[in-house]
Amino acid sequence: MNQITLSIDARSISVAAGTSVAAAIAMTGDARTRRSISGQTRAPLCGMGVCQECRVVIDGRAHQLSCQTPCESGMQVLTMRQDSA
Amino acid sequence: MIKQPIDVIVIGAGIIGAACAEALAARGLRVTVIEQETVGSGATAAGMGHLVVMDDNAAELALSAYSLRLWKELVGDHPQRHEYSRCGTIWVAADEDELAAAALKAATLSAHGLACELLDAAALYAREPQLRPGLAGGLLVRGDGLVYPPKSARILLERALRDGALLVRERVRAIEDHGVLLDDGSRLQATHVVLAAGAASGALLPELPLQAKKGHVIITDRYPGFVQHQLVELGYIKSAHAAHGDSVAFNVQPRPTGQILIGSSRQFDTTDLAVEPAMMTRMLRHAIGYVPALAELNVLRCWAGLRAATPDGLPLIGPCAARRGLWLATGHEGLGITTSLATAQLLTAQIFKENAAISQLPYLPGRFQHLLAAPAGIEDDVPLTRPLPFSAMPPTANALADGRASPP
Repeated sequence: MNQITLSIDARSISVAAGTSVAAAIAMTGDARTRRSISGQTRAPLCGMGVCQECRVVIDGRAHQLSCQTPCESGMQVLTMRQDSA
Repeated sequence: MIKQPIDVIVIGAGIIGAACAEALAARGLRVTVIEQETVGSGATAAGMGHLVVMDDNAAELALSAYSLRLWKELVGDHPQRHEYSRCGTIWVAADEDELAAAALKAATLSAHGLACELLDAAALYAREPQLRPGLAGGLLVRGDGLVYPPKSARILLERALRDGALLVRERVRAIEDHGVLLDDGSRLQATHVVLAAGAASGALLPELPLQAKKGHVIITDRYPGFVQHQLVELGYIKSAHAAHGDSVAFNVQPRPTGQILIGSSRQFDTTDLAVEPAMMTRMLRHAIGYVPALAELNVLRCWAGLRAATPDGLPLIGPCAARRGLWLATGHEGLGITTSLATAQLLTAQIFKENAAISQLPYLPGRFQHLLAAPAGIEDDVPLTRPLPFSAMPPTANALADGRASPP
């Protein structure tokens, strides 16, 4: 099976081709993706692009739906789980 | 249902009505506010909440500058309760002509002690790198800011309630002499009635010279730091007070949440609050023309509101001949959040027959002849409802309105 290597919060990870970014994030051992306006951490809920909880920064673009985005080689993913932004 | 005698009935609990109720109740008057909808849910909620000094004419500058001082006192030590941000405004100059206009504006504002800074192109891009290349510069007005107006309206009304005011959830069917007729058929009577119903004021008093100007606003998801200041095109000044024709202007605002508000539009001859995709598209295209990266942002919501505009672009603050005991506090067009607090102070000064901090003349409804309240003592036996004799008003201590009190 084809493996793809991407970066999640500056850590390199290899996943099978066709894996969603949300799944790749979960494979790091921490599925959390973003923070609410009051600072609570959030994780994907619906997995089908509706709930908006899976939003992350992908290649510099904020608020991308990680559950709807297939991983690509060299992709730079930033979650908001570590800071208050 | 209202047992106590009422001194003042305030029609409308938007930002204007709430500010008037607060100022009047603080002076010990027994105030009853009548609002059929949620407090601050009309134009108060629809606008951007930009606190901005406007200088289209001397009277507008006097009122907005005075009101901004009052806002700084109000937000005081608890700016977050109002979601206040002192973001400042940058008036963006697209070309050399607009930069010349910015320089004129800078001279006017500086002459009145308002901190501003003319920006050349390099200084503009240093502050706002998202602006498209090729702009000439801009004018940074440091004291401008923003609030979340429904919260401010609520805070003002809560203060009024603490000072003994009452809030009545009803619809006013008609304004009478010294009172109102409510939808349930009951009547409330008071020495004074203050009409502060924004664009709905005209439905209660068709003789008011008010025209609704519909505006759309868009809000995006959170992009903290995307822009730092409220950005407005200088061309806005040309379109803001136009009396016909649909128009859009570039006007974006960074909310404290990181969200971006995108405006603005003006449409006439409609009171339908439905969002019009064509107007929304036109407004977005225009905004993207100034900030191309806006095209990459997620829009969450779009809505519309109605500005209540007068023919001369100045609000109606003062006595009105249409009914005995009637006062107007309406017609603030797109500047009502900014000018609400000054409006309340001017109205209160008139009701108490005191001098105000700035000249009242430019805003008196009587500048439109048919609204001119009768001279004191002729037809009105309630002393406090008499209009101020204009000739008795002292020259304003504030130079802002000097010699140019009449609107254009």
